[in-house]
Amino acid sequence: MRKLVDLFSKNKKAQLLLFIVYVAVSSLSLILAQQSVVAFLLLLFSILLLYFLKLSTKAKWIIGLVIVAVLIPFSASQGQAYESYMDVATLVGIYCAMALGLNIVVGFAGLLDLGFIAFFAVGAYTYGIFASAQASKFLHFGHFPLSGESFWIFILIGGIVAAIFGILLGIPVLRVKGDYLAIVTLGFGEIIRIIFNNLDKPVNITNGSMGIASIAPPKIFGIVIANASQFYYVALAIFLVVVYIVTRLEHSKIGRAWKAIRDNEIAGQAMGIPLVKTKLIAFAIGASFSGMMGVVFAAKQTYIDATSFTLLESTTILVMVLLGGMGSVPGVILGAAVVTILNLQVLTEVSNWLNQLNTNGVISIPDALSPAKMQRFIFGLLLILFALYRPKGLIPAKNQKYDVNKLKKSTTKSVFVEPQVSNDKKASGGSEI
Amino acid sequence: MNILEVTGLTKKFGGLYANTNINMNIEKNSITAVIGPNGAGKTTFFNMITAVYKPTSGDILLNGKSLVGLKPHQVTKFGIARTFQNIRLFHDLTVLDNVLVGMHHHLKSSWVGALFQMPRTRHAEENAKKEAYRLLEYVGLAELLNESAGNLSYGAQRRLEIARAIAAKPKVLLLDEPAAGMNPKETKKLTDLIHDMRTKLDITIVLIEHDMKLVMEISDFIYVLDHGEEIASGKPDDIRNNPRVIEAYLGKGAVANG
Ligand SMILES: Nc1ncnc2c1ncn2[C@@H]1O[C@H](COP(=O)(O)OP(=O)(O)OP(=O)(O)O)[C@@H](O)[C@H]1O
Ligand SMILES: [Mg+2]
Repeated sequence: MRKLVDLFSKNKKAQLLLFIVYVAVSSLSLILAQQSVVAFLLLLFSILLLYFLKLSTKAKWIIGLVIVAVLIPFSASQGQAYESYMDVATLVGIYCAMALGLNIVVGFAGLLDLGFIAFFAVGAYTYGIFASAQASKFLHFGHFPLSGESFWIFILIGGIVAAIFGILLGIPVLRVKGDYLAIVTLGFGEIIRIIFNNLDKPVNITNGSMGIASIAPPKIFGIVIANASQFYYVALAIFLVVVYIVTRLEHSKIGRAWKAIRDNEIAGQAMGIPLVKTKLIAFAIGASFSGMMGVVFAAKQTYIDATSFTLLESTTILVMVLLGGMGSVPGVILGAAVVTILNLQVLTEVSNWLNQLNTNGVISIPDALSPAKMQRFIFGLLLILFALYRPKGLIPAKNQKYDVNKLKKSTTKSVFVEPQVSNDKKASGGSEI
Repeated sequence: MNILEVTGLTKKFGGLYANTNINMNIEKNSITAVIGPNGAGKTTFFNMITAVYKPTSGDILLNGKSLVGLKPHQVTKFGIARTFQNIRLFHDLTVLDNVLVGMHHHLKSSWVGALFQMPRTRHAEENAKKEAYRLLEYVGLAELLNESAGNLSYGAQRRLEIARAIAAKPKVLLLDEPAAGMNPKETKKLTDLIHDMRTKLDITIVLIEHDMKLVMEISDFIYVLDHGEEIASGKPDDIRNNPRVIEAYLGKGAVANG
């Protein structure tokens, strides 16, 4: 057995073969047993396995894209549960992008934000208001609702509006630190929700607690995007853009600056980092991801009201970041996927199953402990266990390693430190520390 | 020529005068020591120069331009970098990344450029990494480039703080107790390094230090603070035999063994 494990951990080909078998089996079982949530989850799980395979990054991306863009939708499409599977997958994409946004603020820059859902709400309302008849209630020019074709440009607009809100929030809020910042952002999140819930008078902008209905679904080349299986690709595309942006920024000057002020604010400033500007950029970029996905959410639901944007949602996204691993991009993606699937599928399935046993009289559960009520409890319990046994998250953050040979090959001569000085020093010291 | 001039610098914390009417003229390319017993106000003095604290009164001039009222990052841009008495590294970042952060203000790499992988940004980043590596070689930490800064030994952390500070290309470098916690061998290497930075990198150095042997050996000029006041200043030999200095130290039970 040990030999076998050894073989697999060393041998690339064996790994790849086993992986292909795994993917084939799980997708086949999903094709054959469409009702089986387990098969669906196993297929999703293959992405995680892929992450740990010893392959080049490029190969992983290509295989991953094939699985996500082709295999999963195809395997799930053979039965009635298709749309509900794709709905879950779409939500996973939406939450992943949001969690990656919050990860910039919390994980990279170290600013605890408990009102993050507000930016999602801002994005959702931005599209909702203008893509429904709502806008004509307070604007006396133009034709509303805008057509579904405007959706694509609204993804950008939603992101920009949310970023502006992020900056507006940031300017007063970033004066306070730590726990105070958490409380102020929590307040901001609630204020935004309450404003959206009440802004039907004096001017009816959000339609108050009635919410905004009949939001135009997206349209492209005359095709209306109305099904989860179609939204899935929209969410996937935005998610990929977000991953690209996050990984690029993480290993750039701004990414280093975020982590520097997270680790030590005073030293960061002393090294020339402008504190407020750096934090505001984190807030704005994080918020924009959330805003973009808010637009998608509004278009997908075609109805929004303030109840979708509660404090519970903010904490759920924060949990995704903490569970996955603060500051770790793959970790946060995994965290978002796990929490979303846990909430939408596993816990609901389990409680449905327990309910069934209860009604069939197999077991008897007192009313106070009814499974539906227990969902949150089980979720909380899992969190506590993770906090105790994996405090750095499912996939802890790792630093990028530099290739010494590349750095040594310096063709340009620095004006600042003459090479001969460095050689001297290297010979005289350096070994004993 | 004086690169740094301090006039009437005073800092009050509530009722406590941590610095009272400090005047200093620091010559370009010199090594100046600021000494004094614990709680004399040395670190407070550095904190005012680097804008961590706003002076209650007085002025700080770098090459004739006032630094008072600037933000800390602006002071760095003007040409002053520092290390900290209680080491303040970015402990979760790698050693090389710590040095790269030191280059923040002169690194031509915008986040938009990074996003679109613009050639100019990539170039700047690559050169910065090579330069950072060279700085690590310079302070003798090159082998540890990929280690987390928090995992380094005490002496190595102090050296890394110096590498990070000179990455900012300062005109004036402030070192707050750079030899604290170092063994004699490490202290010797540090002394060499300080000399080298002055002569080869053309940096003016101001250091706070309790190790009198190091101070007497290295400094061109010494200022002595006690209870926030400047009680003496002069060349090492003058300070060594100054009765007020001896009293300040012996009164506190510390020994000036230089
Ligand atoms: N932020 C602050 N608030 C109030 N008092 C302070 C503050 N910073 C320093 N002090 C006080 O100012 C005085 C000088 O402190 P400082 O840290 O400058 O001394 P120091 O000369 O660096 O001493 P050491 O050699 O122990 O480092 C001390 O009495 C200290 O308690
Ligand atoms: Mg001090």
